[in-house]
Amino acid sequence: MNSLKRKDLLDIQSLTTEEINLICKNAKFFKEVFTRSVKSVPVLRGKTVCTLFYEPSTRTRLSFDLAAKRLSADLINVTVSTSSVVKGESLIDTVHTLEAMKADYIVMRHGAALAPHFLSQNIEASVINAGDGFHAHPTQALLDAYSILEKRGTLEGLRIGIVGDIQHSRVARSDIEVFKRLGAEVILCGPPTLVPDDFKVYGVDISYNLDDILPELDVINMLRIQRERQKSAFFPSIREYHRQFALNAKRLERCKQDIIIMHPGPMNRGVEMSNDVAESPNLIMNEQVTNGVAVRMAIFYLLAGGAPLEEMSEAK
Amino acid sequence: MKIVIKNGRVIDPASRTDAKLDILISDDMIAEIAPQIDVSDDAGVIDAMGCLVLPGLIDIHVHFREPGREDVETIIGGSRVAAKGGFTSVCTMPNTNPVIDNQALVRFIKFEAEKGPINVFPVATITRGSGGEELSEMGELISAGAVAFSDDGHPVVSSIIMRRALEYSRMFNVPLLAHSEDLELADKGTMNEGVNSTVLGLKGIPRESEEIMVARDLLLTRLAKGRLHVCHISSGGTVAIIEWAKKSGINVTCETAPHYFSLTDDVVARHMAMAKMNPPLRGEEDRKAIIRGLKEGVIDVIATDHAPHSENEKMQEMEYAPFGIVGLETAVPLIITVLVKENGFSYIEAFEKVTINPSRILNLQRGELKKGMAADITIINPDKKVLVDEDFLLSHCKNTPFLGMEMYGSVEYTICNGNIVYSNES
Repeated sequence: MNSLKRKDLLDIQSLTTEEINLICKNAKFFKEVFTRSVKSVPVLRGKTVCTLFYEPSTRTRLSFDLAAKRLSADLINVTVSTSSVVKGESLIDTVHTLEAMKADYIVMRHGAALAPHFLSQNIEASVINAGDGFHAHPTQALLDAYSILEKRGTLEGLRIGIVGDIQHSRVARSDIEVFKRLGAEVILCGPPTLVPDDFKVYGVDISYNLDDILPELDVINMLRIQRERQKSAFFPSIREYHRQFALNAKRLERCKQDIIIMHPGPMNRGVEMSNDVAESPNLIMNEQVTNGVAVRMAIFYLLAGGAPLEEMSEAK
Repeated sequence: MKIVIKNGRVIDPASRTDAKLDILISDDMIAEIAPQIDVSDDAGVIDAMGCLVLPGLIDIHVHFREPGREDVETIIGGSRVAAKGGFTSVCTMPNTNPVIDNQALVRFIKFEAEKGPINVFPVATITRGSGGEELSEMGELISAGAVAFSDDGHPVVSSIIMRRALEYSRMFNVPLLAHSEDLELADKGTMNEGVNSTVLGLKGIPRESEEIMVARDLLLTRLAKGRLHVCHISSGGTVAIIEWAKKSGINVTCETAPHYFSLTDDVVARHMAMAKMNPPLRGEEDRKAIIRGLKEGVIDVIATDHAPHSENEKMQEMEYAPFGIVGLETAVPLIITVLVKENGFSYIEAFEKVTINPSRILNLQRGELKKGMAADITIINPDKKVLVDEDFLLSHCKNTPFLGMEMYGSVEYTICNGNIVYSNES
C-alpha cells in the first residue's frame, strides 16, 4: 500500500493505524526532498489546491501553501475577509463555486466543529481538515506524532503530557487519538474547568497538578491558552494560570533530561511557557513547523494516489 | 353520510377498552359502538381487519410556522402532514412571527385551520411578545380560542413573572406549557453534554440546564398553586424531579417527544444538523428513564415538537443550523416500534399518551371513542412496515434523523369530524 484509499482527510479517528504509519513514512521521504537544493517534485502538477480559511491562521496556512507548491500544484487562497462569505453565502455554495473552478483539494479551516465532515458529504473534491472548531486538527496531530517518531523511533510506551486548555483544543483531541493509537500513554493536565472528566473516554489519565506529573513525562505538549477564557471564568487570572500550569526553568529541572517539549504555536511567552524554557534546546517547536510541511506533502501525495517514490527521487 | 368501521381492534384508552368492535359514524359524530353493526345501504364501509381503531390522535406541541415563515410550513400544510401521521388534533405553539399574543392572531390561526383537514387548537404566549416581562392578556386570548399558554422556544427567565403567570392563569384553569431551560447554563450549546460532545468538540448542553429550570418551575407552581405542564422532557433527572413533584401534590403534567425514547446522542456524529433539537438527544440512561417514566405514568403525554425547517436552514454547519426536527409522520411508527414492540407497552399504555391524556390536560373534549363524541378516529396497521424516506414525508421539510429507517406501524385512515382526511390507499 502506498496511497490513502480515501477522498478526504477529516480526523484521526477515521484513519487506520496503517494509514497513520504510511503518512509518517512518506513524511520522512518528503523532508529529505525539500532539504535538498531543488525542493519541488511534480506530484500534483495540473492539480489545484484551494485553501479555504474561515478562521485566521498563519502557520497552518503557510505550511499547506508550501506543501502544495513543493508538489507543483496550482494554488488558490480564499479567506473570509476577501470572499463572498461575508455576503452570507452558504458553505456548500462557496465550495461549489470552487469546484466549478476545478479545485481538486479543499483545505479548510473552520470555526464550527464537523464543518469539513458536512462538506465532504456534499462535494466531489477532496477535503482536508485544517482544523474544525474544537473538534479535530489531524495534520497537526500527525506532524506532532512524526516529530516524536523522528526523535525516538517509536511512541510505544512513551508517556506524553498535554497541558492547558484541553476542552477548547482541537489539537489536544487529535493528538490524544494519534498518540494513543501509536502506543503512547497520555496524561492531560490543566484546571478541571478546562479538562472535563469526559476525556477519560479516550483512555487517558487526568491530573490537576503539573509538578506531580513532570518527572514521569517523556514528552510534554504545552497548549496555547487563550486569554479570553478568563472572562468566562475558566480560570481566575493569567497570573494564577501561569503559576499553576506554565513550564518554567524550575519545573524543567523536575523533568527527564531528554524530555521533548512541544508547542503547536503560536506561543504566548510568559503565559504557558516562560522565556527561559522558550530558549531550551528541548523545545522542538521549529522542527515541528518544518515537519508540518513534510507531513502535509505526504498527505497530498498519498491522497493523490501515491506515484512510485523512486521516480520522484529522480525528478530534480 | 355514514361510515361503518368493521372488524377492527378498538383501542380506547379512556375506557380501557381493547376489543373487537364495529363503529358507526353518522355525519360528524360517533353514532354507535357495538360488537356487530350491520351496514345499511346508505353507509360506506372501512374494513379494519388486522388494524387498530383508535381515537384520533392528539399532538399538543407542533410548530406550523404561520404566520411569518409560510415558506417553511403553513397551518393548512402542517395540518395535512398531521392527518397523514394519524393526528386529528394539534396544538400550535405561538413562537411564530409575530408571536401569538393577541386575540386577532388567535382568530387568524383558527380561521386558517377551518380550511384544513384537522382540528387546530392555538396556544398563545405567556408573556407579551414572549419577551418575559409583561403578561399576555390571558382572558382575552382564552375567549378568542387559545387553549393554553406557552413561551415555547424560551423559558420565562424571571421567577417573579413566572410566579405571576402561574397565579393569574389559575382563573382559567389552563396549564402553562413550560419550556424549562436555564439559558446561561445551556450556554448556546449544540448537543447533549457528555462523552459524544467531548469527542466531537461540540459545545454541550448539560442535562442540568433542563433539570434546574424544571425544578424551579415546579417550586413556583407549588408556591402559586398553579398548573404546570412541562414540555419536551429529555433527561432521566427530569423524570425523577417530576415524579417527586407529583408525589408532593404539585399540579404538574409533562410530555416527552418520540425522539427522546428512540435515539441517543450517539447518532449526532452521523446525522449532524438533522439530529439537532432542543433539548438535545441525551444518553442511553436517559432514554431508558424516559421509557420507564412513560410506562409508570410519570410522563403523561407524547408530543412531537414537530419543527419543520427548510433544507437551506439545515444544510449548513451543525452549530449554525436551527434546532428542531419534524415528527408528525414518524410518531406512530416510533410508538409502535419502540414502545409496543421493543418495550412491551400495551396499546392502551402507549396510546393514552396521544389521546385521552393530552385531551384532559387541555380540556379538548376529544381523544375518546364514545357514542355522541366527535368522530375523530385513526386506523393503524401495527404490523405493516413503513420506510421513512423523502417520498414518505409529505412536506418539503425532511429534517429528521429517522430518514432511511424502516419501522412498524402504518397509518391507514385518519378520520376527523366524520370525514376521511387521510387514507393510505390514495
